[in-house]
Amino acid sequence: MSEQLEEILTRYARGDASQLIPALQQVQERFSYVSPEAVRQIARHLKVSESEVYGVASFYSQFRFEKPGKHTIKVCLGTACHVRRSDRLLEFFERTLNVTVGHTTADGLFSLERVACFGCCALSPVVVVDDEVHGRMTTAKAQRLLKKYGS
Amino acid sequence: MRTLDALRQEATQTWQALEQETRPRVLVGAATCGRAAGALAVIEAVEKARRERGLEVLVTEVGCLGLCCMEPVVTVYKPGRPAILYGNVTPPVMNEILQRWLLGDDPCLDRAIATVNGDRLDGIPPFHEHPMLKAQSRLILRNCGVIDPTNFHHYLARGGYLGLENALRMPPEMVIEQVKRSGLRGRGGAGFPTWRKWQLCREVPGSPKYIICNADEGDPGAFMNRALLEGDPHSMLEGMLIAGYAIGASKGYIYIRAEYPLAVQRLRTAISQMREAGLLGEHILDSSFSFDIEIREGAGAFVCGEETALIASIEGRRGMPRPRPPFPAQSGLWGRPTVINNVETLAAVSHILRDGPDSYARLGTSNARGTKTFSLAGKVQRTGLIEVPLGITLRQIIFDIGGGIAEGRAFKAVQTGGPSGGCLPASHLDTPVDYESLTAAGSIMGSGGLVVMDDRNCAVDIAHYFLSFTQAESCGKCPPCRVGTQRMLWILESIQAGTATMEDLDLLESLAQTVKAGSLCGLGQTAPNPVLTTLRYFRSEYEAHVRDRRCPAGVCRALITYRITDECTGCTLCARLCPMGAISGQRKQKHVIDPNRCERCGACLDACSYRAIVVN
Ligand SMILES: Cc1cc2nc3c(=O)[nH]c(=O)nc-3n(C[C@H](O)[C@H](O)[C@H](O)COP(=O)(O)O)c2cc1C
Ligand code: FES
Repeated sequence: MSEQLEEILTRYARGDASQLIPALQQVQERFSYVSPEAVRQIARHLKVSESEVYGVASFYSQFRFEKPGKHTIKVCLGTACHVRRSDRLLEFFERTLNVTVGHTTADGLFSLERVACFGCCALSPVVVVDDEVHGRMTTAKAQRLLKKYGS
Repeated sequence: MRTLDALRQEATQTWQALEQETRPRVLVGAATCGRAAGALAVIEAVEKARRERGLEVLVTEVGCLGLCCMEPVVTVYKPGRPAILYGNVTPPVMNEILQRWLLGDDPCLDRAIATVNGDRLDGIPPFHEHPMLKAQSRLILRNCGVIDPTNFHHYLARGGYLGLENALRMPPEMVIEQVKRSGLRGRGGAGFPTWRKWQLCREVPGSPKYIICNADEGDPGAFMNRALLEGDPHSMLEGMLIAGYAIGASKGYIYIRAEYPLAVQRLRTAISQMREAGLLGEHILDSSFSFDIEIREGAGAFVCGEETALIASIEGRRGMPRPRPPFPAQSGLWGRPTVINNVETLAAVSHILRDGPDSYARLGTSNARGTKTFSLAGKVQRTGLIEVPLGITLRQIIFDIGGGIAEGRAFKAVQTGGPSGGCLPASHLDTPVDYESLTAAGSIMGSGGLVVMDDRNCAVDIAHYFLSFTQAESCGKCPPCRVGTQRMLWILESIQAGTATMEDLDLLESLAQTVKAGSLCGLGQTAPNPVLTTLRYFRSEYEAHVRDRRCPAGVCRALITYRITDECTGCTLCARLCPMGAISGQRKQKHVIDPNRCERCGACLDACSYRAIVVN
C-alpha cells in the first residue's frame, strides 16, 4: 500500500496544504477508504499535522475511515426523494441487511450510506448502488436489487 | 485578435452534414437522470441492432431535454421524414421503433411525445407546443438534449464562443456594462446584481484575481446545474472566460460536488477541447487575456456552497464560513479579490455577450430580467427541468407546465428555495416567480428547486426534514445555528411524537427568530424558514398534532394506525413484505394488521396494488 500511496502523492507538490482535499479524494478513490497509514503519509507529504488531516477529512461526509463492503448502497434522502418516502427505502435496507446507515454488513457484502441529493430528483426516489443510479425505486425493486448484487 | 472563424466554419460543416445525413439517427438523452431511467440499455439495444441486423443507424448520447418524467427519451431522425421524440423507451420499445419506423413506415405514434425541427405529424404536437414546453423560453437550456456535449464542433456550430469573441473586442468595463444592461442577477440564490459584484472586484487593487464557478448545487431537490453541465458544459465555461476577462482574473476554479461524476467528466473533456483551441492559456485568441481553469471536487458538505466556506475548502481547510465584510470580491481566495458565480449565471453571461443584453432583458419583469431554470420534482405529473421567463406564476409552472398533481391528488404546498426557502400553500399559487414576490410570501427564489407536495405530505414532517438537514449540515462555528437548530429540532420531534404542548409552538417560533437574527452565515440565517412558513400557512396542522394527537396527512408514525379494507384480495404480498410479521391472513382472503406489532414503515402501503391499506 505504501508505495502506491507514495505514487499517488507524487502528483501533489510537497508541502502544498491546499492539495489536502484532492489528495484525500485520490487516496480514497484508489483504496476505497482513508486508512491511518494514508493519513500519516499525506500529513508528511503536505507538511501538515496528522490531526489536521483528520480534522479536515472528518468535516466532509465523503471520507470513510473504514473499509467499505463489496457494494455500496446509497439511499437519497433529498427533498424530492423524501416527499416520495425514501425513508422507507432506507429502513427497508437497514432491516433486510441488518445494518445501520454508515456501516457494512457482517459478511462485508454491502455498505449502506445516505446521500443528500443525487440530482436525479425528477426520478425520485433514487438509490445508487456502486455507480449505478436507480430511479423510481420501490421496496419491491429494492428487493430485486439486493438479489442481483447479493449473488 | 485571432478568431475561431476557421474552426467554426469546419464545425458548421459538421453540423450541416449531420442535418443532411442519409442514415437514420437516434439521439438518446443520457444525462445522469436518463441513465437512472435506463438510457444506457436503450443505447445498447440500438448498437445490438446495428451489429446483429446490420441496421445502418447513428447513435448519439445527448444531455437532458428536461422531460425527465418521460425518460428515457429518444429522438429519431429518419431522412426525409419528420423527426420524432419518443418517451419511456425501454430496449424492447426501442427495438419496436427500429423495426416499425426505421425498417417499416409506421411512426409508432403511440410512443411519440412530439415532433422536432418544426415538422408536423397528425396528432403529435411539435416540441414547442407540447404542454410541458409551451410556456418555456429556452436560452440557457437551448443546447441541452440537442447537441452532443462531448463534441466541441456542435457547440461552436450553434454560436459557441461568439460571446467571448465579442467580449475580447471590448474593454473589460464595457463587458461589465453589457451585463449591467441585461439586468442579470445571480442565479445561485441571493439574486445579487452580477455586474456590481464584477465591478467591485475589478476596481479592488490586488492581483492575481480569481473567478470561481459555484457548481456545488447543494440544495436537495435541485438539479439544474448538473443538467446544464452534463448537457452543455461549454456554455458555462465560455461565461467563466468572459467573467474572468471582465474582472481581470487570471485563473478560474470550478467547485463541483463529487456526487456529480458525469458532470465532472463532461467538464474535463470540454476543458481539454478549449486548451486545444487556444481558449485557455497565454494570450487567448492572441489577445492580451491569459487565463486557466482548474476543477476542484467538493467532498460532501452543504455549507461549502456558501462563498467564504467554499473558499476555505479550496484552500484545503474545513469549510467554515467567516463573517463578511470583507467580501470575497475584496479579499477572497488566498486573500485575493475573487468573484464567485453560479453555473447558470455564467451560462447566461455567454448568452448575453453573444446575442446582446437586450435579447436577455426583453424577458422577465422590470426587477427580475431574463429566464430562470427550475427543477420541478415531487408530486407533480410532469417532473423535469424547465426554463421560464421570470414573473411567471407558480400556478403556471405547476399546473400548465407540470400538468398538475400526480395521481389525481390535491395540491398542498410547493417548497421553493431548498433548505433556505419555504413552503407556499394553494392561496399563493398566483405569486409571480421573482425575487421580491417570493420573499414577500415568506419563501425565496433560491437556486431553483421546486418540490411539489400533495395532501399526503405532512407540513410538520417537512419542517422537521429541512431542519434535520440544516442541523446536520451546520458547520458548528456559531452557537445560534449549532444550538438553536438542535433545540428547534427537539421541539419538532416532540410535536411529531404527540408529546408537545401549545407553548412549545410559541417557543419554536421565537427560537426560529433568534436563530435567524443571530447566525453567522446564510445557512443559519435561513435555516428556520421552512419552520416559519409552515407555521404561518399550516398552523392548524401543527395544532392537530399537538391538541388532537393526530397527523392529518397520515405521516407521523406515532400518531397513525394502518388498517386493511375490504378491497383486500388476499394476494399475500403485504404479508410477505412486512418486516415485522404484523400482517396475517389466508391466501385469497382479507388480511389483518396487528397494530401492536406494526411499526408503520409503509412497506405494505407501497406494495399493495389494490389500495386496500389505509392510514388513520
Ligand atoms: C449555506 C449556503 C449554501 C449555498 N449553496 C450554494 C450552491 O450550492 N450553489 C450556488 O451557486 N450558490 C450557493 N449559495 C450561494 C452562494 O453563497 C453565492 O451567493 C452564489 O454562489 C453567488 O453566485 P451568483 O451571484 O451567481 O448567484 C449558498 C449559500 C449558502 C448560505
Ligand atoms: S432529492 Fe433525491 S435525487 Fe434529488
